[in-house]
Amino acid sequence: MHIPDGFIDLQTSAVFAGLAAAGIATALKGARTQLDEKIAPLAGLTAVFIFAVQMLNFPVVAGTSGHLLGGALAAVLVGPWAATLALTVVLLMQGLLFADGGLTAIGLNIFNMGVLGVWAGYGIFLLLRKLLPKNKSSISLAAALGGLLSVPAAAVGFTIQYAMGATATFSTSAVLSAMVGTHVLIGIGEALITGLTVSAVLASRSDLVYGWKNNNQKLELRSAD
Amino acid sequence: MPELVSNSLLVNQKRITIKVEQENHHHGHDVGERLYLHRHSLVHALPSHLKIIAALAFILLVVSTPVTQWPAFVAYFIWLLTVVAITKIPFSLLFKRSLIEIPFIFFAILMPFFGSGEKIQVGPFDLYREGLIAGSGIVVKGTLGVMTAIILSTSTTAREILRGLERLKLPVLMVQIASFMLRYVNVVNDEMERMKVARESRGFEATGVKHWKVLATAAGALFIRSYERGERVHLSMLSRGYVGVLPHEEQPHVRFSVWITAVLYPLVALIIFVTQLIIGKM
Repeated sequence: MHIPDGFIDLQTSAVFAGLAAAGIATALKGARTQLDEKIAPLAGLTAVFIFAVQMLNFPVVAGTSGHLLGGALAAVLVGPWAATLALTVVLLMQGLLFADGGLTAIGLNIFNMGVLGVWAGYGIFLLLRKLLPKNKSSISLAAALGGLLSVPAAAVGFTIQYAMGATATFSTSAVLSAMVGTHVLIGIGEALITGLTVSAVLASRSDLVYGWKNNNQKLELRSAD
Repeated sequence: MPELVSNSLLVNQKRITIKVEQENHHHGHDVGERLYLHRHSLVHALPSHLKIIAALAFILLVVSTPVTQWPAFVAYFIWLLTVVAITKIPFSLLFKRSLIEIPFIFFAILMPFFGSGEKIQVGPFDLYREGLIAGSGIVVKGTLGVMTAIILSTSTTAREILRGLERLKLPVLMVQIASFMLRYVNVVNDEMERMKVARESRGFEATGVKHWKVLATAAGALFIRSYERGERVHLSMLSRGYVGVLPHEEQPHVRFSVWITAVLYPLVALIIFVTQLIIGKM
């Protein structure tokens, strides 16, 4: 569910389209130094992964189910730059092909989910990785908490846009409490799925996890007794 | 009697020819192709970059029309549905795909009930005037936006949309990422489906949070498989001489008449917009 056309006025949409473009430009630059010519296939396949995994239903109780949003997960798995690019492409395709998210609102949606969600989640992840002991379970925990924060962060982004240029009549404080309240709940689900998924990848191919690769442990010598 | 028989034969023949024609027109199967509806229409024939510009310009005009100018919106809808008919999109399909905006419609419907300020009586309900206006504005503008996007994706293959974005100077890298996404989305979806079948054939049924670990493991496995596929594809591209850009073919020149046809979509909207502005002032 993304912001449709006509929900936020055009001035605000233009401002956030500019911010989103700046975010994408930074991500392109960062990805070039990190991945060189490898970006296109890897960010592309990450986009496919996010797109597919959003269709995987996680049952909650009696008939209701949720799904992953994937911003923080992608950031931990492939790095924040490739994650921003992958989510941008997913949102662009959802808007152009599935009419999910307005064409004039595309900057708003990319800013909230592709820039703010990814970087807020990754920021928390980096902070916790520094604080927690250097082992695999703290990477999963940090990723989970990154996931937890990334969802309400996107909701706060939406509320800022709403306050700046809403065409609706609900008061900003009501929208803020409703949006952040529900998105903290969604964030708890996101945290669980993100943490579990990262730990699953760490268990079999830890070398693929971008957030883990940077602090590889040295080989240790053990006696053969 | 013999005349009757030959008639029915003719009918049969006709039916057969129609069927064959439909089969001949069945093309591609990737994700964009599933949304794409193959028809021969004026809109289908337009170059995609012009269609994207036209759609965007139309929506920009719609969004900047004040909600209170309701006759303009009636005219927008009539024009949009005319274009839908020209594009040969069945109205049932248009309606079905428009359902994607339902969550925001709920939001808009709540607005007249929880608001402030002046109240008016509408049928059995006591509604807030401002909320009612704003709510209907969101529904109407959102619907026009969604339906315009549906015309675009129904009359243009995903590949063509990408080519259009490329002509509109979207960074090459973004276009490449998007084309990788479109190329592999079905492969990865099928992979996910196979994993689901594998889980279920072993008696697994997800009913609640206690099963999330299994599902997350599947998501992790899906990531590993996607990543490895990306690496494999990348290496095979390198071995075929890939240097970071895809080979380019010369873009065909767009004739002036084609330009005019594409511009017609927002142009009529602009005429409606200006007319309403003049009438509204009088």
